[in-house]
Amino acid sequence: MSPDGTQPSAGATNGQRGAFDLGPFVRVMGEGRHTLDFMVEGVHCGGCVAKIERALADEPGVMRARVNLSTRRLALEWSGDAARGNALANAVSKLGYGLVPYDPARLAKADHDEEKTLLRAMAVAGFAAANVMLLSVSIWAGHFQDMGPATRSLMHWFSALIALPAILYAGRPFFRSAWNALKVRRTNMDVPISLAVLLAGAMSLHETIVGGPHAYFDSAVTLLFFLLVGRFLDRRARGRARQAGERLLALRARAVTVIEPDGLRRSLPPESVEAGMTVLVAAGERIGVDGQVLSGVSEIDQSLITGEAMPQAIGEGAAVFAGTLNGSGPLTVRVSGAGEDTLLAEIARLMEAAEQRRAKYVALADRVARLYAPVVHSLALAAFLGWWLLGGVAWQPALLIAVAVLVITCPCALGLAVPAVQVIASGRLLRQGVLLKSATALERFAQVDTVVFDKTGTLTEGVPVLRVDATADAGALRLAASLAGASRHPLARALVRAEPDAPVAEGVTETAGLGLSLETGAGEMRLGSRVWCGVKETGEIGPELWFARPGRKPVRFAFVERLRSDAVPAVAALKARGFAVELLSGDRPATVASIAGELGIEVWRGGQSPADKCARLSELAVEGRRVLMVGDGLNDAPALAAAHVSLSPSSAADLSQTAADAVFQGDRLAPVLETLATARRAGRLVGQNFGLALSYNLVAIPVAVAGLVTPLIAALAMSASSIAVIANALRLARRPRKPSEQR
Amino acid sequence: MDGLIFLIPIALFLGAVGLGAFLWALKSGQFEDMDGAAERILHDDDEPS
Repeated sequence: MSPDGTQPSAGATNGQRGAFDLGPFVRVMGEGRHTLDFMVEGVHCGGCVAKIERALADEPGVMRARVNLSTRRLALEWSGDAARGNALANAVSKLGYGLVPYDPARLAKADHDEEKTLLRAMAVAGFAAANVMLLSVSIWAGHFQDMGPATRSLMHWFSALIALPAILYAGRPFFRSAWNALKVRRTNMDVPISLAVLLAGAMSLHETIVGGPHAYFDSAVTLLFFLLVGRFLDRRARGRARQAGERLLALRARAVTVIEPDGLRRSLPPESVEAGMTVLVAAGERIGVDGQVLSGVSEIDQSLITGEAMPQAIGEGAAVFAGTLNGSGPLTVRVSGAGEDTLLAEIARLMEAAEQRRAKYVALADRVARLYAPVVHSLALAAFLGWWLLGGVAWQPALLIAVAVLVITCPCALGLAVPAVQVIASGRLLRQGVLLKSATALERFAQVDTVVFDKTGTLTEGVPVLRVDATADAGALRLAASLAGASRHPLARALVRAEPDAPVAEGVTETAGLGLSLETGAGEMRLGSRVWCGVKETGEIGPELWFARPGRKPVRFAFVERLRSDAVPAVAALKARGFAVELLSGDRPATVASIAGELGIEVWRGGQSPADKCARLSELAVEGRRVLMVGDGLNDAPALAAAHVSLSPSSAADLSQTAADAVFQGDRLAPVLETLATARRAGRLVGQNFGLALSYNLVAIPVAVAGLVTPLIAALAMSASSIAVIANALRLARRPRKPSEQR
Repeated sequence: MDGLIFLIPIALFLGAVGLGAFLWALKSGQFEDMDGAAERILHDDDEPS
């Protein structure tokens, strides 16, 4: 094993340790070649892709390194030792990108293959539709001019030759789904589709053989083509949502460094760590277990568990929890609970329970489909029996009419009504930095009437900011910032942000949990806690840093939590649009009260545990409210899962992003408004689309049952309705008139 | 009308060539990374180094 995987300091400086044992993920390709697949964190543009690929290409032995920008995945192939993978991964980590290996075979590849199958089927159907339509147009023209029956028959034969294989090939996704439904004695939308397409094909072949005037080849293939377009869009949207979720899940599984009794260090997945083991936690690393500190001094950022923004100093004997972030000093921890016994796992269980309680939401399209299939079947059957038994027609023409009913009522427009809107809406949201993770999220967003916010990291920026009136002594600030530049403590970073031009001082030493010191000619300068600088308790509260210089009075820097830049107008806009707004936070009630006052939120609660938050949400649900939960912390994850629909900033804990239905980027709250507005518009458009499809059916079905439909009418009606639905959906892509834009 | 006998097959053949090209592109992974492909054109591969 190369030392890179076990040396805690290897990549610790940028917080992206290669803490994984890559061994199990390396695949041997023969001829001394190995491949590895990674998910890459932090890739945003072509520049990142170029940077990573170049860095890897410079490494000896690398045969292929390709980053996929759409899926944020890296495929790596090299020749030589399998253990070289660690060094290669480190080369990328050093650039500041996080790498997580994954096994491509275990990711739901079947889903990807299905997308490809659909695309292939769509291509074949599209080719067939175009060519058969070409022939059909000449046949229709021939009806009004004097095309001879021989020529027409020839055209029909050509059409059959193209259409029949195409139907058999491109229709397979529908046939399979219909067959699966029928096997368990149920029907779905695919049963009438399969019936219509197969019957239309068979009947047209019969017409062609006997030299009849009408064949439905064009209807059958265009029907398939349109339906495949809808199916493909739908599948893609779902696939993207699933991919986002999968990625977050994989990123969650960090490895834990265990120190064996003989002093050896081993990387283990968190689930195989047992109570009583000794674990090493490097500076800046997320702690993977619950336990007690054996040695080391540091500070722990517990914001993900408690919502408390300031890190807490800890030393020997202190209890630490999985999911918290270690600060500036390495710790050795005796494990008291790991895997399923940790507080983190407890929260995850709470989340799963909440998710199960949330009534399984049935997408609108599925509800329509449940009604639609039986209605269409009975209509077609009624038309057949009616014409045959009562209308005094032979069974073949009666069957012809029944097939026409099936073809014309085929849910072409219905199948496109929802996916077309969904694809355009999610594309529009993606451009605004909102990533929809759940396929039904959009429908649920549209129903929201109450918005519940978390405080830390959601309404506020989640990082401390130097209070402006505290910067009276500019010289002291500059000096202090130059010391602070050497530390990764959040308060020190806040100082550096306040004075970004200050040069980083050389020779600064950091004492974990206390502060920084620098020897100068005149004596020692210290920056850190009150105790570190020898200042007596003065009764001032809130996060602070003290700066002591030899021979001068110590200076105090106070820090505040700053609201997101547009939090006030965003909350006001939500209220103006009639949403009830609430604030639930795990922070101290006094802090929550002041933030709520600043934002004008009347209903707020402080000191809420994850279970409290869930309880409040179920209270609201019982009152019949549809709640949108916006939160980022690990403590919000159960609430996010319990809410009707949920939204997380992309800075949120991995688990929260997994629980949320959508993730928004950037440091503004405007995406929340945008998401709600877009969802409502999308909901309206879906409604209109169903209206369009339904009114089309109201006109077309009587005509079909009356036996007046010819292939020409069927083709026109079906294409017209599909195009109307798509055109209506495209209206969403236009910029909104004004109200939701606020920049 | 006699022309149809060979014109239609020719038209179909040309269409089928297009279809084949698309299926080949799909199979060889041309559509795997639509976002990346758009950016890759901007990379200078032959940097003087």
